[in-house]
Amino acid sequence: MDAILLQILNGIDKGSAYALIALGLTLIFGTLGVVNFAHGALFMIGAFVAVTVGKVLEISKITLDPEKTDFLGNPAKIKTPYITEWFGDFGFWLIEWSVLVSVIVAIPIMILIGVIMERGLIKHFYNRPHADQILVTFGLAIVLQEVIKAVYGANPIPQSAPDLLKGSVDFGVMIGMAENSVIYPLWRLVYFCFSVLIIGGVFAFLRFTTFGMVVRAGMADRETVGLLGINIDKRFTIMFGVAAAVAGLAGVMYTPINPPNYHMGMDFLVLSFVVVVVGGMGSLPGAVAAGFLLGILESFASMPLIKDAIAAVGLPSIDQIIIYLIAVIVLLVRPRGLMGKAGMMEE
Amino acid sequence: MSKLIMNRRGLLKTGAVVGAGMAMPTILTAASHAGYTNAPTGSTVTLGFNVPQTGAYADEGADELRAYMLAVKHLNGGGDGGMMNTFSSKELKGNGILGKEVTYVTGDTQTKSDAARASAQSMIQKDGAVMITGGSSSGVAIAVQGLCQEAGVIFMAGLTHSNDTTGKDKKANGFRHFFNGYMSAAALAPVLAEMYGTDRTAYHLTADYTWGWTQQESIQAATEEKGWQTAANVLTPLTTTDFSSYVAPVLNSGADILVLNHYGGNMINSLTSAVQFGLRDKQVNGKNFEIVVPLYSRLMARGAGENVKGIFGSTNWHWSLQDEGSKAFVQSFGQEYGFPPSQAAHTVYCQTLLYADACERAGTHNPCGVAEALEGFTFSGLGNGDVEYRAEDHQCFKDVLVVKGKENPTSEFDLLEVVQVTPRAQVEYAVDHPMFAGGALGSCNPGS
Repeated sequence: MDAILLQILNGIDKGSAYALIALGLTLIFGTLGVVNFAHGALFMIGAFVAVTVGKVLEISKITLDPEKTDFLGNPAKIKTPYITEWFGDFGFWLIEWSVLVSVIVAIPIMILIGVIMERGLIKHFYNRPHADQILVTFGLAIVLQEVIKAVYGANPIPQSAPDLLKGSVDFGVMIGMAENSVIYPLWRLVYFCFSVLIIGGVFAFLRFTTFGMVVRAGMADRETVGLLGINIDKRFTIMFGVAAAVAGLAGVMYTPINPPNYHMGMDFLVLSFVVVVVGGMGSLPGAVAAGFLLGILESFASMPLIKDAIAAVGLPSIDQIIIYLIAVIVLLVRPRGLMGKAGMMEE
Repeated sequence: MSKLIMNRRGLLKTGAVVGAGMAMPTILTAASHAGYTNAPTGSTVTLGFNVPQTGAYADEGADELRAYMLAVKHLNGGGDGGMMNTFSSKELKGNGILGKEVTYVTGDTQTKSDAARASAQSMIQKDGAVMITGGSSSGVAIAVQGLCQEAGVIFMAGLTHSNDTTGKDKKANGFRHFFNGYMSAAALAPVLAEMYGTDRTAYHLTADYTWGWTQQESIQAATEEKGWQTAANVLTPLTTTDFSSYVAPVLNSGADILVLNHYGGNMINSLTSAVQFGLRDKQVNGKNFEIVVPLYSRLMARGAGENVKGIFGSTNWHWSLQDEGSKAFVQSFGQEYGFPPSQAAHTVYCQTLLYADACERAGTHNPCGVAEALEGFTFSGLGNGDVEYRAEDHQCFKDVLVVKGKENPTSEFDLLEVVQVTPRAQVEYAVDHPMFAGGALGSCNPGS
């Protein structure tokens, strides 16, 4: 029971990241009809916004310590972040909470990057076949990750969670189980709560604001909305920016979970695209539901018990392919995905 | 009883026979190795540096490349000479190799076997490289070693730690300076037993490829010999990025030690997950839960940040060593690039010097002559005590470092502290050891 609960928690945690990226992917597909393979790169750029904010906050004044030497025998350099000199304890607080500072910084940056990406490149491919869109956005993703690698190197760069949110909690006790039965990292719970908040925010924005209603109307019938004199293109561009911000924020908050590297976008992109297909192309609830579902299934598939059972019947391990197996089954049985519109991918 | 009578004619005859006999190995070597792949004809000799320039190990590859360029500079008489000054063999004079200026070409392995083979092949066929060296992965090293054997060039392996490289996949044209999984385990297990006791139960997470398998087999055997038990060994796909679902079951498995047979990005992510799950804060079986990382790399440890603190592992070499060779190399590398070298940089620098020295001693670039010169070669002054390139499997035997993540690092490079320099004798093994069985060295191939 403990093991199953742990894997459910792991699954919804993994699913949180899948759902956030898939939500943006499907939002772009639903509004602009573009299959954006650069969306994983936006997740990665968000993570590197956090890295950059961390580095900026730690820009330091360097003094030499004549009593200590470095590896070459020269006087050792002592680094003191300017921000702690200027603001004292508040400076230390900013450094410690740099991930959350990054969330605030990332929102305008990611919206701007999204708008530039859409206006500068992707809009030129609206009337081109999906294959062209995939090629150009995939190419863009590679360029972006190589730029990040050139600037930050190939090695992962560790980012800390604030001290208050580090470590683990006894989740079992919180839900009335025995002590030490379900220990879970605190930051991963924070990540799940954050993703629920963002997903809820996006749905509320689309559901309860005039802007959102117009966007939804545009998704349903772009031409008619245009005939009503509404500049739907402008709204869709903004939605591209919103989708980029969602992916970016997912990346920012992911940095204390796994140290970010230039390749992390690609690691998530393919999985998230499968999530979109399983959920139903263009379906926002489908993307979210499929994200969590596939995350949980992936976690169960990597349980030693399951691995042993599969090995016992002579089959190879399925923990890395379970998502694709599910995708194949869904595409065979229900080509439009779990919550896709009738007719979508069924022709 | 006969009386020995030596006249002038007899003396000349005897002298000629003895002289011919003494010259025989050289004559045989030279004669049988007259033609070989990419024999240098002009005033230069080309070496092929095949390292990951893209992909997950690109930073490690970049450090290897820096060390190669430094070695070339020293071989050609530039710089301060680095470890050429401390190397016990004095054949290298700073005038290239056999009087030919050393030039180099580079290839990108991408840490993929097929890409690595393609780039090595290109350097051999197109660029005329007479020796290939490099790599930051055992899968790649084994693939390129096989290619070099077929092509008739020497392969001086870079960072490759799988037992198989000089075990079942060993080749006559391939040589490894770096240590291996068995040696890591042999050095580490006694320290672990001393630190954590002999009544321990280990849970292994293992990267599902050649290096992971042999590393796990080695550390399991070495720790069980000290009295530990093994709760489970779970294979993790190499492409895994989030290890939470593998780490989560560990605490309830009855194990009180987690052994992470992971390297590179896998190690960074699995260790981060393990620390996040609070494993190190827990007590199991009345003992503190501990984590072990059998193979450490400073470059990778940096990626794991403060999570490495207090965690034991092993490494081939570390820049803080105080022997003359290590100091000379750190000084030379540090002045050239502004930071200390990694173990990957150290091993490839050594390999380049060892290759050049072997050519000088053999008097040829012929792979068979070079191999003959390297086999059984004993040396010192390159940073790991007295070292021997064992003739039977082309594995270098030397001291191994047991290290621990430093609790209070003084700089971004000061991440590991050397706990013990394990003497070479403790990590040696028989040529026919079961963990290395299954392959044959074969005979050297000089190519065409």
